[in-house]
Amino acid sequence: MERTTLDLWVGAFVVAGLGALVVLALKVGNLSTYNVSESYELQAHFTNVGGLKPTASVRSSGVLVGRVTSIVLDTERYEAKVTMSIDKRYQFPKDTFANILTSGLLGEQYIGLLPGGDDVMLASGDEFKKTQSAVVLEDLIGKFFTTSADTK
Amino acid sequence: MPVAKSLKTIGRRVINAVWRIGYAARFFAMTLFYSGTSFRRFRLIVKEMFSSGVMSLIIILVAGMFVGMVLGLQGFETLKRYGSESALGSLVALSLVRELGPVLAALLFASRAGSAMTAEIGLMKATEQIAAMEMMAVNPIARVVAPRFWAGVISMPLLAALFSAMGVFGGYVVGVVVIGVDEGSFWSQMQASVDFQHDVLNGVLKSFVFGLAVTAIALFEGYDAPPTAEGVSGATTRTVVQSSLAILMLDFILTAFMFQGA
Repeated sequence: MERTTLDLWVGAFVVAGLGALVVLALKVGNLSTYNVSESYELQAHFTNVGGLKPTASVRSSGVLVGRVTSIVLDTERYEAKVTMSIDKRYQFPKDTFANILTSGLLGEQYIGLLPGGDDVMLASGDEFKKTQSAVVLEDLIGKFFTTSADTK
Repeated sequence: MPVAKSLKTIGRRVINAVWRIGYAARFFAMTLFYSGTSFRRFRLIVKEMFSSGVMSLIIILVAGMFVGMVLGLQGFETLKRYGSESALGSLVALSLVRELGPVLAALLFASRAGSAMTAEIGLMKATEQIAAMEMMAVNPIARVVAPRFWAGVISMPLLAALFSAMGVFGGYVVGVVVIGVDEGSFWSQMQASVDFQHDVLNGVLKSFVFGLAVTAIALFEGYDAPPTAEGVSGATTRTVVQSSLAILMLDFILTAFMFQGA
């Protein structure tokens, strides 16, 4: 078996195809933003998570610091228990607020962290004590109508 | 009795169709059964990859580029109304990676390479080359069909990936370079919305399934073609029609499984 120009063309084709896949993964897809650095887990309870989904981003001052890993219903408290993995580089004080926010009026929901002033930092497995649930637009409209009906 | 006659015709057609399906299934099973031989002679597959994969490159790349450019233009026109031009990147990338890349590349592949495969094998049969191989105790399925089958199956995902990548580039050229959408938001919105597993890998899986369907149909039609000039031309037409329909139907089924709800 000797090498032929045909092999060269087919080889170039395969390399180009695989290259296109890599481009799709890294440049187009989010593979490059997957966190390879070490992370730790934090938890928070919310009365209502609204449209929050696993893999939603966790941001502090707008900077991406982690991702939501799971959302389950805690049947002891009947509240949503959200687990998120936070980049090891970032530590947050014990009295940090965790709020579910929406990017833009109709954008996707994410968790915003508002650090407090405590000296003690949250360690892996700890929980945010102060949380604010998602703003559900239907509830807001409902409240608006009931209050405006009362004032009449 | 005209009723009895037409009933007979319908019955004969149905029986013929079922017969053909059975024959096709046996043909497909034989192809898989004899694939081992063709993998041992990988050179045969490489040769077929050249004629079906490499030779389809130009049409795939050019078509991908233009589809991406059209998506960029049309997407911009629509998104502009809602003031969300920055979402152009995610629109272009998502529609290409999930749907247009695999489907259009497969349609082009069916008409560019599938029809050629059918015509080639049909003509081999018409000129009794297949019969001659059998005389020499060479299994035509192992020697002719299986290498072409695997060449198509391997080439299809690569072509679809190239189509999508080229399309994204086309969308970038029109959206960012020509129209002037912000480059940073174009790429960052794209990366934020395209998930590697959910979107890119599902697209690859789709194109793999399309590759199986297109090459299986093309090879069977060629192998089953009546050994006449008319027969070969009819088989070539049937390949393009059937594989295009198969691609679109499979696409619906796969999309329903892959992207339900989530």
